[in-house]
Amino acid sequence: MDWLSPEEWRAVALSLRVAFWATLASLPLGVLTAYALARWRFPGRQLLNGVVHLPLILPPVATGYLLLLTFGTQGPVGGLLQEVGIVFAFRWTGAALAAAVMAFPLMVRAIRLSIEAVDPRLEQASATLGASGPWVFATVTLPLVLPGILAGTILAFAKAMGEFGATITFVSNIPGQTQTLPTAIYAFLQVPGGEASALRLVAIAVVVSMAALLLSELVARRVARRVAGA
Amino acid sequence: MTLSVAIRHAFPGFELDISFEAPPGVTVLFGRSGSGKTTTVNAVAGLLRPEAGRAVADGWVLFDTERGAWLPAHRRRLGYIFQEGRLFPHLTVGQNLKYGRWFAPRNGPREDLGRIVDMLGIGHLLGRRPGALSSGEKQRVAIGRALLASPRLILADEPLASLDEARKAEILPYFERLRDEVSVPVLYVSHSAAEVARLATTVIALQDGRVLRQGPAVEVLGDPTVTPLGARGAGAVLEAAVVRHHADGLSEIEAGGVRLFLPSVPHAPGSRIRVRIAAHEVLLSRGEPEGLSALNILPGTVESVRAGEGPGAIVSVRTAAGTILSRSTRRSTEALGLEEGMACHAVIKTVAIAPEGVGGA
Repeated sequence: MDWLSPEEWRAVALSLRVAFWATLASLPLGVLTAYALARWRFPGRQLLNGVVHLPLILPPVATGYLLLLTFGTQGPVGGLLQEVGIVFAFRWTGAALAAAVMAFPLMVRAIRLSIEAVDPRLEQASATLGASGPWVFATVTLPLVLPGILAGTILAFAKAMGEFGATITFVSNIPGQTQTLPTAIYAFLQVPGGEASALRLVAIAVVVSMAALLLSELVARRVARRVAGA
Repeated sequence: MTLSVAIRHAFPGFELDISFEAPPGVTVLFGRSGSGKTTTVNAVAGLLRPEAGRAVADGWVLFDTERGAWLPAHRRRLGYIFQEGRLFPHLTVGQNLKYGRWFAPRNGPREDLGRIVDMLGIGHLLGRRPGALSSGEKQRVAIGRALLASPRLILADEPLASLDEARKAEILPYFERLRDEVSVPVLYVSHSAAEVARLATTVIALQDGRVLRQGPAVEVLGDPTVTPLGARGAGAVLEAAVVRHHADGLSEIEAGGVRLFLPSVPHAPGSRIRVRIAAHEVLLSRGEPEGLSALNILPGTVESVRAGEGPGAIVSVRTAAGTILSRSTRRSTEALGLEEGMACHAVIKTVAIAPEGVGGA
């Protein structure tokens, strides 16, 4: 990989790591939230819906600043976490947190739509055949929702790879620490002669995004074909 | 096992208030759509929680609102056959069939997969997915899936309603075999008089959320007060034995000492069958008719004359073969002067006895 400078390579590797953990860690919560919004009727449901969607409509810089206020070492949550040894501020974990928060609404929306498309009568049929709630979910709901979960995951991964505003506000732009692919592109464009590096990173961003998109199309089509019975 | 059910539940503009007993065999909940049939079955299944009521099968309580007892659907040991099949699209036919087995008690009695697959003729479908099946095949798989859950109670909600006549004729015999070969009680919802006539051991006739009449199938279907439910489908059911098959394509049967002829039936001589005689195919005559082309003429006495809405009337006639219903006009019953206790003859054209109204008893 000597066509990338060590600095560029570090940014790409960090971005992949940040996006991977951001997506993986938020997936269980994303499925739960989507299920709750799609199926449960509870007080505060609209509020939850609003909070989940907030990062989508708020300026990313505002989200980043709110994260800094909350999870920074002086913040109420950040301060508590620091005592048990977990630090987000100005670390790659903070970049992952920012990416996860920003990607969360996209993930939840995709999964929620596919849960709403599951025919509840199939779940009833499963219950009459002896499956308790968790088993109904594991053997009927989850397999039918899988294409949606996959689409949501890939969308969230792509968003996490490209997150800029919240990340740079929350954890800054420290090479090797918090400098992800987009913040690296921004940094290269700020210095004379950095265009070539920026262009190489843009090319990588295009390739990774296209690969993710094609992969999700492929898997979704395969699942759809299986369910259609052909 | 006898299931006894009592349910009271109010919907906007409709109140269900029924109680009935379902003895072993097929108990058909019969009535027009909107009479509360599906609600009743869903309450027994645990998919709908009624405001008040109880369902108990030989001391095994499914629910009892007075005692606050409610067994969740997945612990009721049911085999529910839905109108639309509801097969799991992501599983193969074989996996669908075995689905209920994963949750059935390990040490309990188990239905044999091979036997059920043979009975339903679905062996060649096991590796396919439901999306690739015809509607008739789907429904057979749905029946198999319900049976293989080793249920203590089978529920069927209009399982044939979504099928065309040919597919119905394909599936009905499986339900007959179910009634005859499986010892589990079956609660079956239908609004088709022909289905009821073929399958029911017991009939619960529902109207506007109330039980209109309940009892053995032959009794309830011969009761003219029940006929408004089936509207055009009114018809009595006779139980008969096949005597012999004639070379001219007719079968001779015997019911209560009376010989009847009908288009050839597939049942062997000596076997018991049920024959449904549609009320609009029966003529009445006060004197002994002569010079008629009809082969089946049954002497009897008028049991009741019921004028319906509009110009129609239903006359029930007690004959040695059983009760026969005849649908005609008020004008003609008045012209004949038909009234209770009067002797008359019921005339049935041979070809009017439709094959879909004939089944094993």
